[in-house]
Amino acid sequence: MIDRRDHKDRGRREQFLAGLAEPDLAVEPPEPASDLLVGEEPTGAADKPHSLWTDAWWQMRRRPMFWISTALIIIFAVMAVWPSLFTSLDPRYCLLAESRQPPGRQHWFGTDIQGCDVYARTVYGARSSILVGVFATLGVTVIGSFVGLVSGYFGHWLDVLLSRLGEIFFAIPTLLGGIVILYSFPSKPDTPYFVVVGKVVLAITLLAWPSIARLMRGSVLQVMPNEYVVAAQGLGASSARVIVSHVLPNAMAGVIAVATINLGVYIALEATLSFLGIGLQEPAISWGIAISAASKMGYITSAPHMLLFPSLFLSLTVLAFIMLGEVARDALDPKLR
Amino acid sequence: MGFGTRTIAVAALAAFALVGTACAQNSPDGQSTGDDSAALTEVSVHGCTPQNPLVGAWTNETCGGHILDSIQSQLIRYDSKTMEPKLDIAESIETDDAKLFTVKLKPGYLFSDGTEVKAENFVDAWNYTAYAPNGAPQSTFLSPVVGWDQLQCTGEEGACDEAQPSTLPAKETLDGLKVVDDHTFTIETAEPTSNLLVRLGYTAFAPLPDVFFSSGADAAGDFGKLPVAAGPYKVTENTATQIVLEKNEHYTGAFPGQVDRIVHRIYSDLAAGWADLVAGNLDFLDAIPTDQLVDDAWIGIVGKDRTASGVAGRIEVLTVSPTDPQFQNNPLLRQALGEAIDRETITKVIFGGSRLPADGWVSPAVDGYKSGQCGAACVYDADKAKADYAASGGYQGVLTLTVNGDGGHKDWADAVCNSLRNTLEVDCQVVLTPDFRTLLNSASNGELTGLFRSGWVQDYPSIENYLTPIYSRGAESNYSRYDNPDFEAKLTEAAAADDLDEANKLYQEAEAILANDYPTLPLWYPTTSAAWSDKIDVIDVTPTSWLDTSSLTVKS
Amino acid sequence: MTKYIVRRLLQMIPVIIGATFILFVLVFALPGEPWQGRCGERPCPPAYVDAFKKEYNLDKPLLIQYGIYLGRLLRGDLGTNFYNNRVIDELAVRYPTTVTLALIAIAFAIVIGITAGLVAGINRGSFLDTLVTVSTLVVISVPVFVIGGLAQWSILKLKLTDIIPVTATQGTIGQLILPGLVLGSLSVAYVARLTRTNLVENLRADYVRTARAKGLSKSRVIGLHTLRNSLIPVITFIGYEIGSLMGGAIVTERIFNINGIGGFIFRSIEQRDGVSVVGAVTVLVLVYLVVNLIVDVLYGVLDPRISHD
Repeated sequence: MIDRRDHKDRGRREQFLAGLAEPDLAVEPPEPASDLLVGEEPTGAADKPHSLWTDAWWQMRRRPMFWISTALIIIFAVMAVWPSLFTSLDPRYCLLAESRQPPGRQHWFGTDIQGCDVYARTVYGARSSILVGVFATLGVTVIGSFVGLVSGYFGHWLDVLLSRLGEIFFAIPTLLGGIVILYSFPSKPDTPYFVVVGKVVLAITLLAWPSIARLMRGSVLQVMPNEYVVAAQGLGASSARVIVSHVLPNAMAGVIAVATINLGVYIALEATLSFLGIGLQEPAISWGIAISAASKMGYITSAPHMLLFPSLFLSLTVLAFIMLGEVARDALDPKLR
Repeated sequence: MGFGTRTIAVAALAAFALVGTACAQNSPDGQSTGDDSAALTEVSVHGCTPQNPLVGAWTNETCGGHILDSIQSQLIRYDSKTMEPKLDIAESIETDDAKLFTVKLKPGYLFSDGTEVKAENFVDAWNYTAYAPNGAPQSTFLSPVVGWDQLQCTGEEGACDEAQPSTLPAKETLDGLKVVDDHTFTIETAEPTSNLLVRLGYTAFAPLPDVFFSSGADAAGDFGKLPVAAGPYKVTENTATQIVLEKNEHYTGAFPGQVDRIVHRIYSDLAAGWADLVAGNLDFLDAIPTDQLVDDAWIGIVGKDRTASGVAGRIEVLTVSPTDPQFQNNPLLRQALGEAIDRETITKVIFGGSRLPADGWVSPAVDGYKSGQCGAACVYDADKAKADYAASGGYQGVLTLTVNGDGGHKDWADAVCNSLRNTLEVDCQVVLTPDFRTLLNSASNGELTGLFRSGWVQDYPSIENYLTPIYSRGAESNYSRYDNPDFEAKLTEAAAADDLDEANKLYQEAEAILANDYPTLPLWYPTTSAAWSDKIDVIDVTPTSWLDTSSLTVKS
Repeated sequence: MTKYIVRRLLQMIPVIIGATFILFVLVFALPGEPWQGRCGERPCPPAYVDAFKKEYNLDKPLLIQYGIYLGRLLRGDLGTNFYNNRVIDELAVRYPTTVTLALIAIAFAIVIGITAGLVAGINRGSFLDTLVTVSTLVVISVPVFVIGGLAQWSILKLKLTDIIPVTATQGTIGQLILPGLVLGSLSVAYVARLTRTNLVENLRADYVRTARAKGLSKSRVIGLHTLRNSLIPVITFIGYEIGSLMGGAIVTERIFNINGIGGFIFRSIEQRDGVSVVGAVTVLVLVYLVVNLIVDVLYGVLDPRISHD
C-alpha cells in the first residue's frame, strides 16, 4: 500500500496555495485529465475541443482575475525586458545633495538615501525579480517533476531513496538553507550579473524541488492504474514513451498551477534573501535591496516613500502570479468546478 | 503567600531607607544584611560578545576591550578626558636612553583574589603573551622587547608545528625583561622606543596573577571567562547574554569605581540597543545607529543633556589594492580619486555629521595629531580631481570598492562610488563581502582589486599607533603593502627621539611622506556618539568611545 | 499505532544525519576562516590560528570532524561554540522567545483565520466572502518584511508606540504581539482560506444535504456535522505550521530586534560559528519532525477514516 501519511510536510504551504492542502493531497491530485487523451500526443491535446486544456482556457477567460493578473504580468515583464520604456532617468545617477526628497514633480516617487530617483530604481528592479522567479520556477519544476515521475513510476527502492532525499531538503528550513548556501558561494567583484542571479536561482531550486516532486509523485500514482497506461505498458511501449505520452500529460495539470503560484513565492523569497543582504548584490538593482535599505527605523519615520514604492511593486508582482496560478488551479482542477 | 509578600515589601522599604540616609556604610544590624543587594547601584551598558578570553594577552577588539578597561590595571592608565598617560600600578618608570626602562611598582596593589601585584606577575604575563606557541594574539605588542624574535615559531609563515620541534622557539622567556625585586623590574627594548610609556597603558601589558599560571595558564578555560585581574571591577558573571562586573573589594588603585554593578548586556545589533535605551531598559549606549543620526533625530529623542559627541581615536580609509596594476607607481591617480570624494556632503548626509572629514592619517583625538597633513589631496575639488585624473591616465574598466556587508558600510560606500562616478566618470562599483572575515581574507590573499575599506581603532593614544602598525614595511595590518625606505627611516628616528614632543614631530614628518605616496585614501574620523538614560547622574565619555567608570555615578 | 510511531522515529534518523551532514559541509565550505576578524582590525598571528584550529578540531579532515560532532550529538551534547559558550545555553536563552513568538502567531491564525474562514464559507458568494478571499490573497502576496515595515510605520505614524512597542528586544509577551501578528499573517491567510475551502466542500457533501432535507436548520447542520469535519484539516495544518514558523521567524526577528533563534543562526553563520549553526538548525529540524509526527498521530485519532496500521 501507498503510505498516505508520510513525506509531504513542508510543501504543504505551497501545495495548499493550490488549494490542495487537505492531508490527502499528495496522493489525491486533480482527476486524471480525461479519457479523451488516451493515445494522443501531448501537444495535440490542447487543440482538441473539450480537452482539459481547452476547458481550462474557457474557464479562465471568464474570470476578471485572469485578465487583471495577466495584464499586470505583461506590464512587469515589459518592465523587466525594457525598463527605459518607463523612465528616461538613469537609475545609477545619484546626487547625494538630493538625498531623501519626498515624492514630487521632479522625482515622482522621491529620492532615496543616495539621492537616486526611486521611480527609476523601482522600474529597473523588476528585471532581477522576474529573472529569479522565472528561472527558479523552471528549475524547480523540471527537477521536481523529473524526480517525482521517476519516483512514482518506478517505485520500489528508487522511490524510497528519492523520498528520503527529498525529506532531508524538506527538513532544512528554506530560508536558513538559502542563507547558508549563498554564504558558501559568495560573489566575487567580477562575477557577471547572470551568475549572481543564477546562484540565487540554484539555491532556491536546490531547496524547493521536493515539494513539486511530491506533488508529481502523487499525481503519477493516481494516473498509473488507469487503463490507458496499463494498456500502453501491456502493448510493450518503452517506459520513456509511456511516461512522455501518457503519464506526464495527465499528471501535469496540478504541477503547472502550483508552479505558477510558486513563481510569485520565489520572487518574494529572492526579495527576502536580498533583504537579509545575501541574495542579489550591487550593482544589481533589486526591490529586496531597496526595501532593506529603507526599512531602518530612522528612515521609516523620516522617508517612508523609500519603503512604500518598491514594496508596492514587489507585492503587485507576487500577487499577479499568485492570482494567475489560482485561476489556473480552479480551471484545471475539476473537483472545484 | 500573603505573609511572604509583606516581608518583601518591608525589606524593600528598609532598603530604600538605606539609600535615603546615604553613605550608610554597613547595615546597622546583622538582621538586614540580606537587604543590601537592593541598595546596590547598578548600571546597564551596551555590550557585545567578546571575541576572545578576557585576558590582556588575548583581547584586541573593542567588545572585550571595554570590559578589560574596567577589570584590569596596567602600569599606566590613560586620563579619561585627555588620554594623557598617568601612573597606575607603576610608582615610577625611568629611562636614560629610551632603551632600558626601570619600572618600580606601588607596593600593596592587589589582584581581585587578594594577592599582591609583583614584578614577577608582569614579567611572567609578558613572557606568556610573547611566547608564540601560546597563541596569544597580542604577542606583537611585545615585539620591541629584546629577545621577542627568539620566542617566535619558525614554521611556514611563522606557524608552530608541534610535530616538528625545530619550528618551535628556542626560548620561553624574553631576554629584555628582568625581575630586580618584588616591586622592581627592567624592560630593555631592541631599538629606542620613545613612547613606550604611553604604550604600557594598553590592556595587552596587564599583569597576570599567580593563580593563572598555577592553574595551567589556560586562558581559553574558565579563567578567560571569570578572570582575576587588578582593576577596579571584576567579572562575576559571564554568559552569552550578559557580563556582570562588580566592584573589586581588593582594589587599592587611584581610579575606583563608584557604581556597584555594571552589567554589559550583549547585543548583536546596535538598533536593538538603541530601542532599549529609548525604552529605558538600557543605561548607556556607546554608538548610535546611522539612521538615527540623520537630522540629529537621536538627540531629539533622548534629549541633548543625555547625549555626548566627541572625537574618537579612530580613522577610516580606503586602502588601494597593492596587487592592482593600474594603481602601481601612480600616486597621482590615487590622489585624483581622493580629491573626487565629497567627504563634507557624505559625512553630513549619510552620517548626520557623526564623522569628521579626514585631513590626514592620524585621528585628532591623539597626541601628535597635526591638522591638514593630507593637504589638497583630501579636499573635494571636482576640477582639480578631473585634471589630475586626466593627467594620471585614469582608471580603465570597473573600479571596485569593497566593503563588508555586515558593518553598515554600504550606504557610505555607495555614496563614495557615486561621488567618484559623478566627478570622474569612472565606472565605480560597490562590492559587498558577506562579512568582515571574508574581506580580511581576500585582502590578505591579495585577491582584491580597486579600493577596499580599512578601519583603525587605536590601541594606545599615540600618533605612532596610526603609522607603524599600518604603514611600516611588513606590518601585519599593512594591507596596502606600503614600503618606503624614507618613511621607515623616519619611524626609526622618531622611535629613538629623546622626548615625546621631538618624537611626535618626527612622526608627523613621516605622515607627510604618506601624503606624497598616498597609499590609502583618508575618508573620515568616526566620532563618538553616545547616549544614556536619565538614571545616570555623572558620566564622562572617553575618546575611546566608552564611559569612564571612575567618574560614573547614578542618581539616588 | 505503536509500530507506526516506531517506524516514523526510525525514518527520522537518516533525515537528521543527512540534514546535519549537509549543513556541516556547507558551513565548513563557508569562505573565510572563523578566526579572522577575532583580532580587531588586525589579522590574527599564525600561532593564534594554530591554537584555535587545535582547540576546535579544525585541523582534522571534514569527515572526522563530522564524526566527532555526530558522536557528541548522539550523546545529547551540542558542543561548545567558538566563544567558549555551550551551544545548549545559547539556545536555552533564545528558544523560549522564538517559541513564544510562534505560539502567538499561531494564536492569531486560529482566532482570526478560522473566524474569517467560517464567515466566508457560510456566506459563500457574498461580499464578505469576496473580501476574505481577496484580502487573504493580498496578505499572501506581501512579503513578511514588507508587512513588518508597514506595521512599524503605521504604529509610529499613529503614535501608538506606548501601547504597541515596535521593537521587542526583551521578548516579553506584550512586545511580541505585533511581531507575532506579522509572523502569523501568512498563516492567518492560509488558515482562513483552508477553513473556507473545507467548509464549502463539506456543505456540498451528501450527508449535509441529507441533514438539510431532513429539516435540520442551517446553523445546526453547520454546528453539528460540518464544523468538525471541516476543522480537522485546519488543525492539522496549524500543527505543521508551528515547526515552519520557528524556522521562518528569522526575518521577523530581525525587523523587530527579537533575540531569537533565527537571528542567532544568522549571526553564527556570519561568524563562521559552525557548531552553533549546526546545533541550532538540528534542534529546529528535530522540533519540526517531532511536531509533524505528533500531528500525524493526532490526525489519525481525530479522523477515523485515516488509519496508521
